Amino acid sequence: MAQHQVNYASSAGLPIALTSVDKLVNWGRSNSLWPLTYGLACCAIEMMASGASRYDFDRMGTIFRASPRQADVMILAGTLSKKHSEFARRLYDQMTEPKWVISMGSCANTGGMFNTYATVQGVDRIIPVDIYLPGCAPRPETLQYAMMMLQKKIRRESADMKKNTKQDLTTQTGKRARLI
Amino acid sequence: MRKYVPKDNVQKKAYYTDRFHVVPRVPREKVIDTHFEATVFNLGDYVKDSYIEIGQLVVHIDASENFAVLKILKEQCGYTQCSEQSAVDYLAKDGEFELFWQMLNVNEAKRVRVVCRLKEGLAIESVEPLFKSANFAEREMFDMFGIKVNNHPFLKRILMPDDWEGHPLLKTYPLFGDEFASWYEVDKIFGKEYRDIIGPENRDPGKIDIEDTKRFSRVGYEVPFGTEYNADEEVDIAYSETALVNYNKKTSKQLDERR
Ligand code: SF4
Repeated sequence: MAQHQVNYASSAGLPIALTSVDKLVNWGRSNSLWPLTYGLACCAIEMMASGASRYDFDRMGTIFRASPRQADVMILAGTLSKKHSEFARRLYDQMTEPKWVISMGSCANTGGMFNTYATVQGVDRIIPVDIYLPGCAPRPETLQYAMMMLQKKIRRESADMKKNTKQDLTTQTGKRARLI
Repeated sequence: MRKYVPKDNVQKKAYYTDRFHVVPRVPREKVIDTHFEATVFNLGDYVKDSYIEIGQLVVHIDASENFAVLKILKEQCGYTQCSEQSAVDYLAKDGEFELFWQMLNVNEAKRVRVVCRLKEGLAIESVEPLFKSANFAEREMFDMFGIKVNNHPFLKRILMPDDWEGHPLLKTYPLFGDEFASWYEVDKIFGKEYRDIIGPENRDPGKIDIEDTKRFSRVGYEVPFGTEYNADEEVDIAYSETALVNYNKKTSKQLDERR
């Protein structure tokens, strides 16, 4: 018998790993999050910086895709104008499930400083958001952190996307809001 | 205290003016004996008024003669560039727009501003055959003020969506948008019936919706994520525990009143 034979019985030597389907699927999903190459305003510059070599999104398995059909994550990076809102929603609709949304920067979160007639006051009026990333503009580190938070969220979810609830667009301001 | 003035007519009238502020007036100089004299001479009877402001010639003309004036400026006086063209809303004050064309003579480093007044509802002649830059500028003027331009090759909105209502640079247009503007994206994407469901825009940056338990957590009245909000039910603040102390146990003496 060869001397170098692997001792499968020793610890961590087994070529088998036991896991649940949820864990396996979510491992795959969370470690290959492909965002859509889609920038709206100045925040997109920071998003590009996160993708480029210094901050290096690729090492997290996050590679920007130029087509919504191949993308899993939509990073809404910047000011969403009312004229463009229709197209943003169309791109979101074109993405295949499972899909997640990061709203990057104050403009995307709430309309930010553009409290005017031409800016959508928060992208969650038209697209369900998973992660809100504050800042104007958020630094690339924070976008990476947001991506890691999204990974964390995905790992908690069920593999069956039907069981995961998306943000309900209807509950946010539709109800009479009371101030404190 | 500042005296109260109604603010429902802010677009027409400034509701606050500083009593001690005197609006500075740019001094106007005569054209005679300056290097602009030839320009004004070339324009002849078209000129209704002319003076020099900050080294720039300003020429007032009649709105119907804008094409002829700009043609002379371009072909005879060497003002080969129309660098800017737009309008100013004086509807509330005078019932008319002020239109201006900013002309540049590159060889002699001279600038002329051609100004005219246009009554509301009237159209202006396009200068696009003379200056290609006027194409977009006139479209923007149409978009922002609703001023129609005759003989423009492609007069349609340039900044706002094609199906937009209203002209945003008019002084009567509210900054936060009218009803059409505030529901634009909802109407367009989901349809009008979704207005009630999605709700009005939140333009108050400090607003907190305590019924929304997904995004807000009210300190002292915490409820689990995503549950239905119930005003009567108050949940105590839960502190974290350490191996040594459980902060949630109220063992320490509680003082009823301050001594
Ligand atoms: S949040 Fe700031 S940086 Fe980002 S798009 Fe808006 S203005 Fe630009």
